[in-house]
Amino acid sequence: MSHSTVQPSRSRDLDKLLLRPGNLVAPTFEPGTQLRDDLQEYVRILVVGAGGLGCELLKDLALSGFKNLEVIDMDRIEVSNLNRQFLFRLEDVGKPKAEVAAKRVMERVSGVNIVPHFCRIEDKELDFYNDFSIIVLGLDSIEARSYINAVACSFLEYDSDDNPREETIKPMVDGGTEGFKGHARVIMPGVTPCFECTIWLFPPQVKFPLCTLAETPRTPPHCIEYAHLIKWDEVHSGKDFDPDDPEHMTWVYTEAVKRAELFGIQGVTYSLTQGVVKNIIPAIASTNAIISAACALETLKIASGCSKTLSNYLTYNGVEGLHIKVTEFVKDKDCLVCGPGVLIELDTSVTLQKFIDMLEEHPKLFLSKASVTHLGKNLYMQAPPVLEEMTRSNLSLPLFELMGKVPKDVVHVTGITSQNDSKRSCLRKLRVVFKAIDGVTDMDMAGGA
Amino acid sequence: MAEPKTKYDRQLRIWGEQGQAALEKASICLLNCGPTGSETLKNLVLGGVGSITVIDGSKVEVSDLGNNFMVDESSVGQSKAKCVCAFLQELNDAVKAKFIEEHPEALIETNPSFFSQFTLVVATQLVEDSMVKLDKICREANVKLIFARSYGLTGFVRVSVKEHTVIESKPDHFLDDLRLNNPWPELKSFAETIDLNVADPVAHKHTPYVIILVKMAEEWAKTHGGSLPSTRDEKKQFKELLKAGMVATDEENYKEAIEASFKVFAPRGISLDLQQIISDSCTEVDSNSSQFWVMLAALKEFIVNEGGGEAPLEGSIPDMTSSTELYVNLQKIYQAKAEADYLVIEQRVKNILKKIGRDPDGISKTMIKSFCKNARKLKVCRYRLLEDEFSNPSLPQLQKYLTDEDYSVAMGFYILLRAVDRFTANYNSFPGQFDGEMDEDISRLKTTAVGLLSDLGCNGSPLTEDLINEMCRFGASELHAVAAFIGGVASQEVIKLITRQFVPISGTFIFNGIDHKSQLLAL
Repeated sequence: MSHSTVQPSRSRDLDKLLLRPGNLVAPTFEPGTQLRDDLQEYVRILVVGAGGLGCELLKDLALSGFKNLEVIDMDRIEVSNLNRQFLFRLEDVGKPKAEVAAKRVMERVSGVNIVPHFCRIEDKELDFYNDFSIIVLGLDSIEARSYINAVACSFLEYDSDDNPREETIKPMVDGGTEGFKGHARVIMPGVTPCFECTIWLFPPQVKFPLCTLAETPRTPPHCIEYAHLIKWDEVHSGKDFDPDDPEHMTWVYTEAVKRAELFGIQGVTYSLTQGVVKNIIPAIASTNAIISAACALETLKIASGCSKTLSNYLTYNGVEGLHIKVTEFVKDKDCLVCGPGVLIELDTSVTLQKFIDMLEEHPKLFLSKASVTHLGKNLYMQAPPVLEEMTRSNLSLPLFELMGKVPKDVVHVTGITSQNDSKRSCLRKLRVVFKAIDGVTDMDMAGGA
Repeated sequence: MAEPKTKYDRQLRIWGEQGQAALEKASICLLNCGPTGSETLKNLVLGGVGSITVIDGSKVEVSDLGNNFMVDESSVGQSKAKCVCAFLQELNDAVKAKFIEEHPEALIETNPSFFSQFTLVVATQLVEDSMVKLDKICREANVKLIFARSYGLTGFVRVSVKEHTVIESKPDHFLDDLRLNNPWPELKSFAETIDLNVADPVAHKHTPYVIILVKMAEEWAKTHGGSLPSTRDEKKQFKELLKAGMVATDEENYKEAIEASFKVFAPRGISLDLQQIISDSCTEVDSNSSQFWVMLAALKEFIVNEGGGEAPLEGSIPDMTSSTELYVNLQKIYQAKAEADYLVIEQRVKNILKKIGRDPDGISKTMIKSFCKNARKLKVCRYRLLEDEFSNPSLPQLQKYLTDEDYSVAMGFYILLRAVDRFTANYNSFPGQFDGEMDEDISRLKTTAVGLLSDLGCNGSPLTEDLINEMCRFGASELHAVAAFIGGVASQEVIKLITRQFVPISGTFIFNGIDHKSQLLAL
């Protein structure tokens, strides 16, 4: 290829896109050096997950004109990560993923700053997440996606006509892979469907009926799950099974083999045992690279407007040839998470404790162990113990007073929701309206969620 | 070094030890190690390919630091091939990595025999003239070839191999091979030993649906002149009969039978895809035929003889509600039939090998077994020479793509990606490569594209101004995210070609980074 004769510049290739006007771009696109500098200086991006997608995302974003990146991941590096998580080496096994990934990218791409956070996503305050321009998700769990989605949606405010306020929209870009398949999507809370609006895209994992495991096993996984879910507890009363303990895994494997022999079933292997017990999702470098690249490109487009954005869900399948499909999903206007918030009508006398109790019974919420914040102020926190003690005295006070005697406002509640027998951390936005306060009309109540 | 089984665990679950062994034997050559090439190799080195050879004649420039992760500030001024190779080696010490500091174009011109040492060549960022030459060289030498190119927000990946045959295509969803519409004698007589009207409710709800359907189908045939349900009404009636067989509402096995009843209605015999493969002229084998075609010749004989119109039985059954005993016995019946079919094919393979003057044991049992198990899923992929596609593309396809809403942008990019190479042959730079010549370049590119289309027999320019403008705006830039995407696709195709599993792309993959409506174009 020919060589450029202009002044050598690190951003030569990216400049073509950021400095030149185009026709197939976002209406907000303002090409120029100012845009390039702003991306570097003011745009802050959080990458959630430093695994197969996260490693790729950090590299891709660092080479797409962004300089302020942060990454959060609670995991440590394992040997089985090394076939795709290219920022990690054998000698890194056991170290926190977020820290090693951040360090490696900073070593190679000068000028980029990456702040690692080695912790659970639930450990961070809401304000932490609000600081970012865009949140990019490289996760393998539905629960974690759902949590971050709720966090991003919690910042969303609606105006009096129930239209989302532009400046409160926290864009998310989400990727996921399994073997040769994957997805990439753009979520603009309040505008495009949020993760919860289309939760049906992620059907829950099918579990074997216990009676099949106990009475009529037919396949190797039946034998493995019998050993794992039934036999373990029978033999090791009270001792929890640890999937990361090779001795535990070997015990399950041996028991599964015995059971398979007893019933004349073939095909129990150690590798299959691990796969079934840990629910291992096969993963390869190429698919992660493809999906991460699509996510990074969309992040660049959202931040700069330099091209149209993905609208709004891409599925990728490389098993037979290559199929890429873009689907424009529509949002669920009654969504509990990205909608204007569940409306709760209260008497001014209701105490914070009573309010928390109500949430547990609420037919849409079923929210237990609730912690409550209002305008960033902690009204009651279940944890850590220091905060719990500090806020405990609020429980006996009326919520109306704690909220500064406003007729209505939004509160954020985090806790545990139990639905269909599964429990998970969640965050909900609630629109609290106090009865018999001037300024509240029936109209306001009518549009409740 | 880490225990390879643990390190590669997540991919072994996809392509197995055999696929991994094939990768570890492969030697891959990369032409040009910009981001597109580097990212392609990165994914392959992580997966543990045997060896890589990086070929690039350029030195690292400051602008490379902005889009290539494999070079850093200390690399500026050094051989790009050397720097990229060093980084790749760091990723996996099991891979033999070497580099040659030479321009690929020069190698193609002066040393064509160089390429014959490799299993596969990945050629990135080449212009048309070099691509066409390399294509002929690799085709001649029987070396697999993949082209990849990133260009602004577009790019392409193209596989070029004379013929690629796949036994383990591992499709996502494929109908199981139960033969409920055509049961063999042993399956029928096993079904006869079971009483559907058994009084014990526990036994009743643990009769596998395969048995239920075989028996009900037989009963139906008796009263319908030997034929199975075929009209809508008949199918409905058949399902009603199944429903009537239930003694309790919670009988999962009967629900499964109703859901699976379409397997009874399905036409007998082999699929259209397989019919096409067995009628291929390659099934007339000679001493030079590949193992695949020898086995195919045996399969063809089997289908018309012992198979009675069917392929060998796959031999596995899906999980279904059943007592353990019945399920395991049923499994054995399917396995026994598959084993018997395999033995027939094996004998036929031996006979054919003898007839064409080759060692009758020249094809391993494992191979023939796998062939039989996957007989319904075989794939044959053939690729036109690039030169043929370029000078004589399928016109009806081309016209169709240009006017089809879903394909027109991808088709536009295909034309423009070729047009920019014509452009640079005439003007010594890519359109929009330098600032200040944009307006002139836009009109020149338009003229070039129209000229190209008319050479292909397509008159009038259906390309939009917007797309031509965008192409000039791209100015031959190689954006990292686009390169990572294209490199990801290229490496995935390498893996499919080397492991001989899954199905490689069938035409030219055109990446559309604007709205992601990327497409495969078969021209």
